[in-house]
Amino acid sequence: MKIIVAIKQVPERDAQVRIDSSGKWIEESDIQYAMNESDAYALEEALQLKEKSGGGEVIVLSAGPERVGTTIREALAKGADRAIHVDANDLSQRDALGVARLLAEAIKPESPDLVLTGLQSDDLGYGQTGVILAELLGVPHASLILTVEKTDGGLKVKRELEAGWFQEIELPLPAVLTIQSGGNKLRYATLMGIKKAKTKEMRVLPSADLGGLTPPLAVLESISMPQKQKSTQMIDGDAKQAAATLVEKLKFEARVL
Amino acid sequence: MSGIWVVLEERDGRVSRASWEALAAGQKLSETTGQPLQAAVIGASTEALAAEAKSKAVTRVARIEHPLLAPYTPDGYILALQQFIEQEKPEYLVFPHTYQVRDFAPALAARMGQVLISDVVSISDGPTFTRQLLQGRLAGAYRHPGGGTCFVSVQAGAFRAGETGSGTAEVTTFTPTIDAAQIRTKPSEPFRGSAQTVDLASAPLIVSVGRGIKEADNLPLVQELADALGAELAASRPICDSGWLPMERQVGSSGQTVAPKLYLAVGISGAIQHLVGMKGSQCIVAINKDPEAPIFEVADYGIVGDLFEVVPALTEAVKHAKT
Repeated sequence: MKIIVAIKQVPERDAQVRIDSSGKWIEESDIQYAMNESDAYALEEALQLKEKSGGGEVIVLSAGPERVGTTIREALAKGADRAIHVDANDLSQRDALGVARLLAEAIKPESPDLVLTGLQSDDLGYGQTGVILAELLGVPHASLILTVEKTDGGLKVKRELEAGWFQEIELPLPAVLTIQSGGNKLRYATLMGIKKAKTKEMRVLPSADLGGLTPPLAVLESISMPQKQKSTQMIDGDAKQAAATLVEKLKFEARVL
Repeated sequence: MSGIWVVLEERDGRVSRASWEALAAGQKLSETTGQPLQAAVIGASTEALAAEAKSKAVTRVARIEHPLLAPYTPDGYILALQQFIEQEKPEYLVFPHTYQVRDFAPALAARMGQVLISDVVSISDGPTFTRQLLQGRLAGAYRHPGGGTCFVSVQAGAFRAGETGSGTAEVTTFTPTIDAAQIRTKPSEPFRGSAQTVDLASAPLIVSVGRGIKEADNLPLVQELADALGAELAASRPICDSGWLPMERQVGSSGQTVAPKLYLAVGISGAIQHLVGMKGSQCIVAINKDPEAPIFEVADYGIVGDLFEVVPALTEAVKHAKT
């Protein structure tokens, strides 16, 4: 199977974010970036599918500015065979459909059997790219997938539903799946893998070659710090004092102990 | 383009709670825009759902009905709703932000040349739609430029399900054209995961642990606190994904929804997927090293500090208070 995994580089989980002067995005200069978590699971699933079948190819695809190269290298070091970098500095001006269009144009000439991506990004959190990709590519999809099994006719996948329920879905290939975290154990890149990654092909496709920028239909006008839903009593002092104060408050103020 | 349609979802034969919340969001949108509010139910057999919906403050209820709409498939729903949109030309189409909606609504919007504004938490004049960014650390204000249907999905718990008024709306039936060959995926009956032995939903006290615990070997620290309190131990998704605690102890949209007397969150940043599972708790305590962590937005009491110092101190303080 030829598998394309679409991965996104996102601000690291613990990054301290500040709103930039435009008021529309965060100050990018002072943050570290990492591979989006559910995309890492999508990559792991792709690598395992290839290993189980004993053949095929895993291609990573990522859109973004030059910095996403580090995340692509990480994916190559973990075992992807080659990479496509859609070089785009204008992602913040694109909505989910705009980004999916870029990815779809990059995917089409490859004619993959399967496209995998994480179910949601940790930064914008739209949770739509994979599902829109399926529509743009004209292939069936399933979302929130935990495990994937190759069958004679296509795939059998396990889909997560809400509140601890699951469902199996059969679908033909080619197809798009969005992968939920936790279905597999993530691997680390080995030293050998890191070394090999440097020699693997990383093709750069300028976004301008994949279709122009169209005005977004979901326009992000401004960002702000979220509004508090409750007034939180912050308890100060060293650990011991804070603990004692908290227990007092839980007992006599909140009356929950 | 005119009117607001809210697409209601079924759960256990009835209109789901999340759907009523979406209807409340539709009502807010109706107040903001002056557009009439209508409700659509969809499936192979929608009579009972329509009967529930028409008793709310809506001007019309549409039954989008076809035998091929059960069981749910994205292909079936997209085809049916596409035809419905082409007929009704709604200005706004509102959904609850459920796993099912996430599975088809982005593709439906794309087919109509539009983009879903997903997981909306509030609606204000404009209309402006607010949704969370960076796992709840920031809020983004979104606008639809017009010129087509605006697709919106509404986060669970963001609007009050009870505030949907009453009425006696006219019910119409819409029969889409669907061919069995157009449905490409074959779903099985839903099934439960492993047999559930922990009922977090009925626990009065819960100590819940997140990524901040760093390693599985550190878990006894929070277990001791839970034991001292007589509380159940729960966790956020990453802890269960890593296999450090069984999935059945997971709180959040994909795990259990809890509302204990006391929910003590240790090293949990408070991503929305977690918050929807616990924000109904009577008293929420958060211990986190990051003062900006979204968990503090829903907490009644907060301690900013190193959990490896605070938790053992708290265990001692609880033991002391009990003697």
